[in-house]
Amino acid sequence: MIPSSFDYTAPSSLDEALKLLHDLGDDAKILAGGHSLIPMMKLRFAEPEHLIDLNNVPGLSYLKIEGGTLKIGAMTREVETEESADIAVHFPIFADVAKLIADPQVRNFGTLGGNLAHGDAANDQPAVMLALDAVVEIAGLDGRRTVGIDDFFYGFYSTAVQEGEILTEISIPIPSGRSGNAYHKVERKVGDYATGGVAVHLEMDEQGICTKAGIGLTNVNPTPLRAVRSEAALVGTSLDDAAIALAAQYASEDCNPSTDLRGDIDYKRHIIRAVTKRMINKSKERAFKN
Amino acid sequence: MKKEITLKINGEEFTKEVEPRTLLVHFIREDIGMTGTHIGCDTSSCGACTILIDGKSAKSCTILAVQAAGKEITTVEGIATTEGVHPIQEGFKENHGLHCGFCTPGMMLRAIELLEKNPDPTEEEIRWGISGNLCRCTGYNNIVKSIIYAGAKLRGDELPSTEPVFVE
Repeated sequence: MIPSSFDYTAPSSLDEALKLLHDLGDDAKILAGGHSLIPMMKLRFAEPEHLIDLNNVPGLSYLKIEGGTLKIGAMTREVETEESADIAVHFPIFADVAKLIADPQVRNFGTLGGNLAHGDAANDQPAVMLALDAVVEIAGLDGRRTVGIDDFFYGFYSTAVQEGEILTEISIPIPSGRSGNAYHKVERKVGDYATGGVAVHLEMDEQGICTKAGIGLTNVNPTPLRAVRSEAALVGTSLDDAAIALAAQYASEDCNPSTDLRGDIDYKRHIIRAVTKRMINKSKERAFKN
Repeated sequence: MKKEITLKINGEEFTKEVEPRTLLVHFIREDIGMTGTHIGCDTSSCGACTILIDGKSAKSCTILAVQAAGKEITTVEGIATTEGVHPIQEGFKENHGLHCGFCTPGMMLRAIELLEKNPDPTEEEIRWGISGNLCRCTGYNNIVKSIIYAGAKLRGDELPSTEPVFVE
């Protein structure tokens, strides 16, 4: 399968990329890792007239901790979060999720920024970013702006990144106290999209009372979904079995899965309930191991 | 509009004009004429087209040839030396790591990066490591054995037995 014809430019600065994007408008698409876009172009689901390749733009690939925040450059490859020891201290969830994204070759090229900007609720990183309360930085010709993750996903393949803009950075607050996080998805085989996936991040005080909970769900709603009632059911509790069971129940009730080849609605709700419970327990376990 | 690209494949430099839509795997097979890199599923699932780009394993059916400009590519044709076959090739040969051989080039290139990052992987790490490469013949056991063997050879450790394992 060969994509339809297009023109290709690999600018060497972000400004150049933004100018090109501005001039070409709707006809152009940004190429990051290309492991969602190129398959779509091969199937002719996407037929951009121009590709603007960001791979030669310096300064977009980094993982750094700055003033209580983890900053991830948009062009950082999935494999880098999987292997970073710095990240693993606070965010073992990245090793969980990376291992479940496609396969090692795809993770060598797929980027964090592309994963989010693609705007697919079946991708895994969006749920993780919801759980971790990420903030996304978006650059345009007029400058940079930031968008909270709750305002980022608009709909199917649609995000806050508007025409002429490029996602540049993802920031995640580093928890100061006791915390733990975890991700898991049920998949039919390696490399499949999730039948259902759950990301959990918990923070607690010294007495073990939950002070903050973030729960994101994968592929059970038209957009990546925050399980709001589940989070509220955990905050203020000692994360006892009853609170965890209630949070898991809420998640299964509040998601909106559809029947497809991966399973019917009841089955998917069941998966969300089971995995939510497991990921809360795993996060709690990790919080007390630190 | 065609673009001129220069890249290295197995140490040799090539300069060619390509359409931006030319996939790297087609470029390697058809423009360069090296057909050891295979096309299996053409949807980045099977891993038969796996090559190394600057040492990183990549599915060449999902990368454009223009994206490889300035890069160093390794294909199966480039892993043996004048000294003889690469340890991973010896591993597959000694352990019957292939039947039809279609997946083997991709499987070996993937295994080379895996062993570079993790010289002494566990069986589970190998199975995760080759999870992007499908084999429809072997059932994977002999492929895992082949990679364990190659790891030992590369480390200079004693080589594991190549006797077939019979399950009662």
